[in-house]
Amino acid sequence: MMKKSAEKIYIALIILFMYAPIVTLIALSFNNSRTRAKWGGFTLRWYGALFENQAIMQALYNTLAVALLSAAAATLIGTVAALSISGMRRRSRTIFMSITNIPMLNAEIVTGISLMLLFLSFGIRFGFGTILLSHITFNIPYVILSVLPRTKQLNPSIYEAALDLGASRFQAFFRVVLPDLLPGILSGFLMAFTMSLDDFIITHFTKGPGVDTLSTKIYTEVKKGIKPEMYALSALIFLTVLILLLLVNYRPKLQKPSVSVAERK
Amino acid sequence: MQKRTVITKLGCLAVTGTLLAGLLSGCGASPASSDSAQNGEVVVYNWGEYIDPDALEMFEEETGIRVIYDEFETNEIMYPKVEAGASQYDVICPSDYMIQKMIDNDLLQELDFTHIPNAKKNIGAQYWEQSEQFDPGNKYSVPYCWGTVGILYNKTMVQEPVDSWSVLWEEQYADNILMQDSVRDAFMVALKLNGNSMNSTDPDELAAARDLLIEQKPLVQAYVIDQVRDKMIGGEAALGVIYSGEAIYTQRENPDLEYVIPKEGTNVWIDSWVIPKNAPNKENAEAFIDFMCRPDIALMNFDYITYSTPNDAARELIEDEEIRNSSIAFPDLSQYENLETFRYLGEEGDELYNEMWKEVKSK
Amino acid sequence: MRKKTDKKTGGFGTISLRRSAMSAPYLFWAVAFIIIPLLMIFYYGLTDKTGAFTLANVAAIAYAEHSKALWLALGLSLISTVICLILAYPLALILSQRKLSQQSFLVLIFILPMWMNFLLRTLAWQTLLEKTGVLNSVLSFLGLPALNIINTPGAIILGMVYNFLPFMILPLYNALTKIDPNVINAAHDLGANGVQTFCRVIFPLSIPGVISGITMVFVPALTTFVISNLLGGSKILLIGNVIEQEFTQAGNWHLGSGLSIVLMIFILVNMVLTNIFDKNGEGTVL
Repeated sequence: MMKKSAEKIYIALIILFMYAPIVTLIALSFNNSRTRAKWGGFTLRWYGALFENQAIMQALYNTLAVALLSAAAATLIGTVAALSISGMRRRSRTIFMSITNIPMLNAEIVTGISLMLLFLSFGIRFGFGTILLSHITFNIPYVILSVLPRTKQLNPSIYEAALDLGASRFQAFFRVVLPDLLPGILSGFLMAFTMSLDDFIITHFTKGPGVDTLSTKIYTEVKKGIKPEMYALSALIFLTVLILLLLVNYRPKLQKPSVSVAERK
Repeated sequence: MQKRTVITKLGCLAVTGTLLAGLLSGCGASPASSDSAQNGEVVVYNWGEYIDPDALEMFEEETGIRVIYDEFETNEIMYPKVEAGASQYDVICPSDYMIQKMIDNDLLQELDFTHIPNAKKNIGAQYWEQSEQFDPGNKYSVPYCWGTVGILYNKTMVQEPVDSWSVLWEEQYADNILMQDSVRDAFMVALKLNGNSMNSTDPDELAAARDLLIEQKPLVQAYVIDQVRDKMIGGEAALGVIYSGEAIYTQRENPDLEYVIPKEGTNVWIDSWVIPKNAPNKENAEAFIDFMCRPDIALMNFDYITYSTPNDAARELIEDEEIRNSSIAFPDLSQYENLETFRYLGEEGDELYNEMWKEVKSK
Repeated sequence: MRKKTDKKTGGFGTISLRRSAMSAPYLFWAVAFIIIPLLMIFYYGLTDKTGAFTLANVAAIAYAEHSKALWLALGLSLISTVICLILAYPLALILSQRKLSQQSFLVLIFILPMWMNFLLRTLAWQTLLEKTGVLNSVLSFLGLPALNIINTPGAIILGMVYNFLPFMILPLYNALTKIDPNVINAAHDLGANGVQTFCRVIFPLSIPGVISGITMVFVPALTTFVISNLLGGSKILLIGNVIEQEFTQAGNWHLGSGLSIVLMIFILVNMVLTNIFDKNGEGTVL
């Protein structure tokens, strides 16, 4: 019993540590003062102002678009790459994995700068496209690393059995192989999405004029003082994700069948 | 097995979250483009929070030119981006010495003032004269904002009268001092205190200034750029080096704050609009500059960013007499001695400053 | 890359016929966006303004102000990594032993903060830690002495731990859940007590998770420039700050690249270590 409550306290303390700044941000979103240094009373006006702030809305749109597109592209390229890597000999596999590890292990600042140099020397105009290319680049490794372990669990004979039973290659792949890979693909996609959402440094070096993501927008604002609308936005994002999380968490009890797939293994 | 459930959940979460957020931003962010783009666009590169967003909207409505707006934090960050040429801007708003550097390095093009009639009409003669220092003949730049650099102090925390940079070296204010986190501004303070020119390239003078800054470092709470504003309002520090334009804003938020120009002299700076050589839309850029020189627009910007406007016609329109004659916003510069404007010191000068500043920062 | 099916690697045979075609897109991508950019860093780092070969930019790490920044960054990120490990291990252990339904929910709770912008979260720490900040208000309300850690190395460590803790929790958790409970039961049956089971069974089996956790925390902590700027008051120069300033402010790309190469050496060492401990070359990051 002692142990259980100690565990609970420990979890609670870490949660407190992780969430203290978030609570602060939410509190600031209700602050009726343009500066974070002063409490000017309670207000909801920043929530209204938020939707009228074109710049922030555009940045939000860019952030989501980049995250979604880059995660999707990285998932596609990464999954195919993982499949091919899984069948390689040890040596080429090691080479491939080392290359894959570079963007993950390299300093973000080095990755960002090296991409900036690349775009510069090839005369590519900085803008949405350069951000997207960079995000895909640092997202692919996350997908590969989460799909690869799954490919090891694949049983070749099931695939062959499907072929023997008259399935075409495509059918066999989409009906047999893909479902087994799906959890890895999904978690890779999710990881990529999250990393892209949270990235600042690489975007900072590869963005073009007038194209801001939330991160770069905030960084310019940090120096001048964050606009309260930004706090309101982050409070909303947090709330949305939290509610979704709760919903998703309690949903399986209602829909048993979708879970049973997961439990097949 | 358990991993699968986590993942399915996360997957649902990601997708629904994105969709929702997409909807959310979709309502707000109807791309500002569609209706107003018939006359092309103008790419503006300006300091962060240095314009009233409403002014940009009015410009788009009146001219049908779409504004693509980008922001930078310091002159030094802006320069390599423009020099590299990967991002093509039409209008930029650098400071004095940086304009000189850009002219020297052939990055700017001459303005056609027949397209910018409001500039010569509304902007005061003294500002054109001052601009001659970095833009001989006033060929490349149109002043947008100007001001001084001084000390902002909190009257409840500093009792003695403040009139000298030396107050920033006093032990009693340890951990209560905010310094500027940019090379030239930081060295300006030390050079002025030593009685040198802030455009000095004399290695001995600079070394002395560096040592002074190193000596000061233990007393400094933080090196900041614009954050000095929030920190002073919140009473985080007693003294801060600040641009005069921020002083008006901070006083509005916290009446305990006072701004002084130290007796050893300081930096009088001008930020001006310029058009880079590779600007794709020069005519739109000139239309933009002209619009910014209109008295009503200059007034809007002054109200919003509180940086002094060189636009005499706009100043006349300021209703609040206290502000119109404010010694902070519109100081009578003849009262002060040793006022200077930054000049570009050449590549070697820049390197010398950067090297010494790194030594200060790493101590 | 090879067409021949290799039974040893356990790939599924028939698909591998088109293996070389399948690896092509990624190969192309990797060369274009990973290898070439890296070569450009090397090019800049090993040349001077005139384009002549030089080692001066790399050797510049020996300058007092650079080497100090490097050592400081190494020290702070090492401390942060250790703290992360100490904080995350018990947590991951507790999580992995919870009921399944609770587990996934709790893990999500620790990923959730990453969906809030990290600059904002770090900035919020400023509000919390400032002299007149929230924490000190609470302390003075309780009659306790004020805590002055903003703008000190301590605040930077806190920022690093805060930002990178999830990267430690996740791999540890994944490694721990992969341990077959029967192995642990067997250890108990054979008479091992709790401590022995942990030292002899659980911990050794979680080593891959520990290693990738350390990498995931250490590297970004070593190279950060944002955290040191926001929480260190720009008074503390880390190697990341030096590099960033060379590129964005001083405009000396050659020196910036040269110092980046030095940084890469440290990361290379880390990679080699990872490969030694993680023989499959796959990592357990996720």
